[in-house]
Amino acid sequence: MTPKLSTTEIATLIILALASVAILAVPKFAGLSLQLDLSIIFVYAILALSMGFMWGQVGMLSFGQTVFFGIGGYSYAIFALNTGDTTTAMLLAILLPMLVAALLGYFIIYGGINDIYFAVITMVATIALEKAVRATSDPRIKIGDVRLQGQNGIAALPDLKVPWNPSETLFVTEVYYLIFIAMLLVTAAYALLLRARVGRVLVGIRENEQRIALLGYDPRRYKLLIFVISGGVAGLAGGLYAVWGNFVAPEMMNLNASASVVINVLVGGKASLLGPLVGTGIVQSLTSWLGSAGVGQVNVVLGLILIAAVQVFPQGVVPMVSAICRWGLGHLVRLAQPSRRASATGGKQ
Amino acid sequence: MYDAIIFLYQILFSISLFILISTGLAVIFGMMKVINLAQGEFIMLGAYFALLGEVIGLPFILSVVLAMVGVGLFGVLVERLLIRFLYGRLTDTLLATWGLSLLMIGAVTTFLGPQVAGVSVETGRIAVGEVYSISVYNLYIILVAFAALASCWALWRYTTFGMIARAVMANPGMTSALGVDCHRYYMLTFGIGSAISGLAGAMLAPIVGTQPTMGGLYVAQAFVSVITGGELPFLGTLLAGGLFGTTNGVLSYAYSQVIGEIGVFLIAIVLLRFLPHGMTSQKGRS
Repeated sequence: MTPKLSTTEIATLIILALASVAILAVPKFAGLSLQLDLSIIFVYAILALSMGFMWGQVGMLSFGQTVFFGIGGYSYAIFALNTGDTTTAMLLAILLPMLVAALLGYFIIYGGINDIYFAVITMVATIALEKAVRATSDPRIKIGDVRLQGQNGIAALPDLKVPWNPSETLFVTEVYYLIFIAMLLVTAAYALLLRARVGRVLVGIRENEQRIALLGYDPRRYKLLIFVISGGVAGLAGGLYAVWGNFVAPEMMNLNASASVVINVLVGGKASLLGPLVGTGIVQSLTSWLGSAGVGQVNVVLGLILIAAVQVFPQGVVPMVSAICRWGLGHLVRLAQPSRRASATGGKQ
Repeated sequence: MYDAIIFLYQILFSISLFILISTGLAVIFGMMKVINLAQGEFIMLGAYFALLGEVIGLPFILSVVLAMVGVGLFGVLVERLLIRFLYGRLTDTLLATWGLSLLMIGAVTTFLGPQVAGVSVETGRIAVGEVYSISVYNLYIILVAFAALASCWALWRYTTFGMIARAVMANPGMTSALGVDCHRYYMLTFGIGSAISGLAGAMLAPIVGTQPTMGGLYVAQAFVSVITGGELPFLGTLLAGGLFGTTNGVLSYAYSQVIGEIGVFLIAIVLLRFLPHGMTSQKGRS
């Protein structure tokens, strides 16, 4: 038995549907550069979702989603360049990060590392991995025929081919649609997961891990499960990033990348699935606008946003806006029914 | 014979580096339970103070003092303006200090540029046998690292300040009921931790140079040491520094520096799997 849709869920669906119509119509009237800009925001939104779900619904702070993002991107790059088969490459971009997440997650989660320690250890993982990739600049370091090239990254990746017709490749607009649909599917999958029994247990872990354990569920198994799933989602984002830019580099995994995922989630709000999507939209447009306007260092801006978000609006934008909407709607409803109000007060007298 | 001396020296040096960069965090995180992700940037700031000292013509030893005082005061400022509002909110502290870390990197890059600058110290070298020689400066680093850790430990173990500070961290309500101004102790502890980080930065400046992004290298190592160190921050830092310094030293000697750093991380993860409370856990003893 699944619970009925709540008002919030219905509102989310309506907003997503309206946004989808607008987004699907973009290529009809906007140029390729806007499509490219939006595509990368969708990629980061998928990444933010993989982090925001664990943080908001399960209470796991993974600062290392960029580990899986990076491994996903590099898996696609290396396999696609070696074989030319982009479909399998994209599958690997999901599966390999899941495998790594399972290994890493086993040690962290079964070691009983929780809360902020979890955050710090996952963050250290991304620092370590970035260093390792940066250290591969020696031209002799190859996987198959592909040189890893250290901090220069791997460029000139093949375009994504149509799985059932490998002679055809996807261009900017098709990639735009593909990434957007992937984002919608990931959001839907997380929403369904949340409504399933597993999702209830995960939320229960956030609320009270000990009680869940006493009810006979092993919280560690569920946490590992969601860590692996979210690792796959982050890997998918990494693969799509590689398709988007035909390029992967260690910057995908550095501390700034990892910080911007957290900032996206924090600004949008971690409580809902919409939060990470909206937050990514706001923060990424802001930083790219500031970057093009030449307002100094992006780091300064990100740092200020992060501090302000924690001190001033820790819940994020989405809960704030929805509270305002609810308040406004309440007023509208009351304004629209003056007679009833009058008769009600009249009845009292 | 000389090979063995050089090998041991390298391991000792590697352990000292771990201790040097972790001691400030051992104070801030170990004693106060404040996750300071800007720890690396405090070290970076210390290195820039050393550079400033060189530019205005101070002898190196005074530059180091300048770095300690400068970063210490900066730490007090940060505690008053940012951390103070976030006690008891661990996640928020972590996020806010991450913001601080990005802000500091951005600000230093904007005003001083992204390039690497060097700080030079003339100390000479000691010959070991025919082939090898050891830089005297590195011996100073070993000395300073152990001295910093030992003095922090002694400060908290044997002085009245240390006793009250430990009481404040253990039970702030009870301690303030006894008439202690807890906020002062939070501020001072954070300031001392920051000053030690400044010291670390200044000592590192001559061997690694100064760069806005240098902190990222150290924040990971410092957190790994302090977390695996466990509940007794100073003993834990000593043990973790010993373990990771040896691992890093041996692997760097045998393969490369990167292998050394990754080896440290892997060992830390496996270790935490079996000792989740770190190497100096007090759980289950009583």
